[in-house]
Amino acid sequence: MDLSSINPVLLLASLMVAATPLLFAALGELIVERAGVLNLGVEGMMITGAVAGFIIAVESGSPALGFLCAAIAGALLSLLFALLTQVFLANQVASGLALTLFGLGLSALLGRDYVGIKPPSTPKLDLGMLADIPFVGRVLFTHDLMVYLALVLAIAIWFFLHRTRAGLILRAVGENHDAAHALGYKVVLIRFAAIAFGGACAGVGGAYLSLVRVPQWTEGMTAGIGWIALALVVFASWKPGRVILGAYLFGGVNVLQLNLQAAGAAIPVEYLAMSPYLVTILVLVIMSADRSRAPASLGRPFHASN
Amino acid sequence: MGTPLLTLSGLTKAYPGVVANDDVSFDIQQGEVHALLGENGAGKSTLVKMIYGLVSPDSGKMTLNGAPFVPASPNAARAAGVAMVFQHFSLFDALSVAENVALGMDNPPPQGELATKIRTVSDAYGLPLDPHRTVGDLSAGERQRVEIIRCLLQDPKLLIMDEPTSVLTPQEVEILFKTLRKLSAEGTAILYISHKLEEIRSLCDNATILRLGKKVATCIPAQKTAAELAEMMVGTSLKPPKRAADVSSSEVALHVSGLNLPPAQAFGTSLRDITLTLHKGEVLGIGGVAGNGQDELLAALSGERLCAAEQVRLNGKPVGNLGPTARRRLGLLAAPEERLGHAAVPDMSLTENALLTGVTRQAFAKGGWINWAAAKGYAERIIHQFDVRTPGPHVAARALSGGNLQKFVIGREVLQAPHVLVVNQPTWGVDASAAAAIRQALLDLAAEGAAIVCISQDLDELMEISDRFAALNEGRLTQARPAAGLTIEEIGLMMGGAHGMEAAHV
Repeated sequence: MDLSSINPVLLLASLMVAATPLLFAALGELIVERAGVLNLGVEGMMITGAVAGFIIAVESGSPALGFLCAAIAGALLSLLFALLTQVFLANQVASGLALTLFGLGLSALLGRDYVGIKPPSTPKLDLGMLADIPFVGRVLFTHDLMVYLALVLAIAIWFFLHRTRAGLILRAVGENHDAAHALGYKVVLIRFAAIAFGGACAGVGGAYLSLVRVPQWTEGMTAGIGWIALALVVFASWKPGRVILGAYLFGGVNVLQLNLQAAGAAIPVEYLAMSPYLVTILVLVIMSADRSRAPASLGRPFHASN
Repeated sequence: MGTPLLTLSGLTKAYPGVVANDDVSFDIQQGEVHALLGENGAGKSTLVKMIYGLVSPDSGKMTLNGAPFVPASPNAARAAGVAMVFQHFSLFDALSVAENVALGMDNPPPQGELATKIRTVSDAYGLPLDPHRTVGDLSAGERQRVEIIRCLLQDPKLLIMDEPTSVLTPQEVEILFKTLRKLSAEGTAILYISHKLEEIRSLCDNATILRLGKKVATCIPAQKTAAELAEMMVGTSLKPPKRAADVSSSEVALHVSGLNLPPAQAFGTSLRDITLTLHKGEVLGIGGVAGNGQDELLAALSGERLCAAEQVRLNGKPVGNLGPTARRRLGLLAAPEERLGHAAVPDMSLTENALLTGVTRQAFAKGGWINWAAAKGYAERIIHQFDVRTPGPHVAARALSGGNLQKFVIGREVLQAPHVLVVNQPTWGVDASAAAAIRQALLDLAAEGAAIVCISQDLDELMEISDRFAALNEGRLTQARPAAGLTIEEIGLMMGGAHGMEAAHV
């Protein structure tokens, strides 16, 4: 094994890239769950976003337009889930699973003619002087806009949840929807908005995979990241800060194990491949041992009795 | 008297199959405490929901201060000066007091300012509250304060209170009444919903009585007796439960000694050193504010939670280590508080539910085969003897109204001829006539020599049927004292945690 072939600067830089799709998807789901809805369709919305963003970016030549359309596609798909669970009161678990299966199938169909094509490249953000700082500049300031957007989003979500009235109302709806309804808040409408936001975030996360991280379209390319995002939200105790930590940890171990594989480490590939999942969940399980708990109305159907 | 604050005229609201309110009219003056009386299902809740903008009337008009009042939503009602304290608290456990208050306001000030305001107002009305505490950690009385403060911060002209005292100790009720009287003196009108007649007689200026959605009468409650009010509410005269001659003997039916149990789940209450003796033919009433160990005590007595064999003795036999079925076989039966999900399986039929607890003592199963005909016959017997209003035993438990299901659940145990019956909240959410029937059934059972433990939060009920009274407080049980002659102050002190009162009184 030749560890010297692993470049720490490149490793850390690609960690941020690897973590970004997961971060987007998990942040979206965090908002959905804080509103009291359990949407297990993250994987389906991600891959739909991945294929939609890819197609639009290839056809228009604009990655920005691709990301936008990925967000719209993810949101549209999630609205199907919202309609089923919030209006027709379908079971959330079953609807979420169906959404994932539907998304996987739909994306395979849409992406048939796009396999093996290279998408237009997403430009790196020019941060000028900052990127020239040795080591730190190379690691932190040589990425595209989406990497920073994901981080800003996490901070914005924290601010929204804990410092704004709208965020308080969202938490209230997730905590006790009957009480929120009695106080005159529009539970279903708020949940629709939260679900759509979650879908848009998942879509963007998916498009980041197909446009930047990989970058190309292959069927089923999300490969379980949506599920990891779901687990991440739970183990992060529904806190945005911990979601960043978890996503970066997952991205880091993932990049590291890929590098180790390439360097020919004497550990079986299967163990390396499972390590990111194990490490992330282990760390977050230990961290979630404190008293934080799930939104009390999570996954419960809401029906205004009159 | 000038223009009334709120007038209701001809309010009607129908739901499929039932007219919840039929042509209801009355006025509320400024500063008046107006009672709304009626049994469950009389239409009280629907009426206040219309005033609070949660439901819009099919026909009829409301005016507020002479102007037409058509609230489209609770926000609109709040903006017009109508505030409401809900029966089931509309609070968010995971949020702080200040956040909860902010959610009930339309334009809350920033959190820091709001916290100061909460302190000022809560101190002014004698309801001290710390705005930064998490609501989930508060007691029932404190939680109600949060709701009241939330309303008061908006300077309401009309405050609606839906059964506010059902979760309070007598001392807390006194504090609440002081606050309400102070508010009314300041000109705030209060619409007070309750079925506790004595409370209404001491607090309210006027009362409107609803029966089956129609207004029956408006009267001055202080000029009526509680019995007259009850009669107007129910439509027929209510017979208070008759007690047979005292048959209690010195024979001990149930003996619990030194029982300690940790809580089964987080936020539960530990049972601490519970000791009680129950004689044959005796009714032991156990009072206390909800959440002080009632559920845990029932579970320990019924066998859902096990303890050392010697700690619970039934007719002298140690049964502490036996599960519910074994205890049932020996004659110790229980009916828990939660009807749907604990006492009965919501989606199963009445026959199936009758079978579930009856199977041990009624021999509905032989060699693993169920005798459905016998189970159905038993369910029919319960329905008949306890006047359960239902099309038949094939109906799912969920489809019954709360009162009817409660009659079924209690009847199911009573008809099994238990030696000891433990009931928790036997008449919770049950209308007055059904409650009277259930109490009578319990007394009849005791007259036949069975021993009964009745856990309840309704003190009037306990005083009516108990031979002896004890109170649960933070998992501790006070010594049982003869119920006759206990004053409400003494009961309050027992519930509030003054242990060993006996010494001071004998």
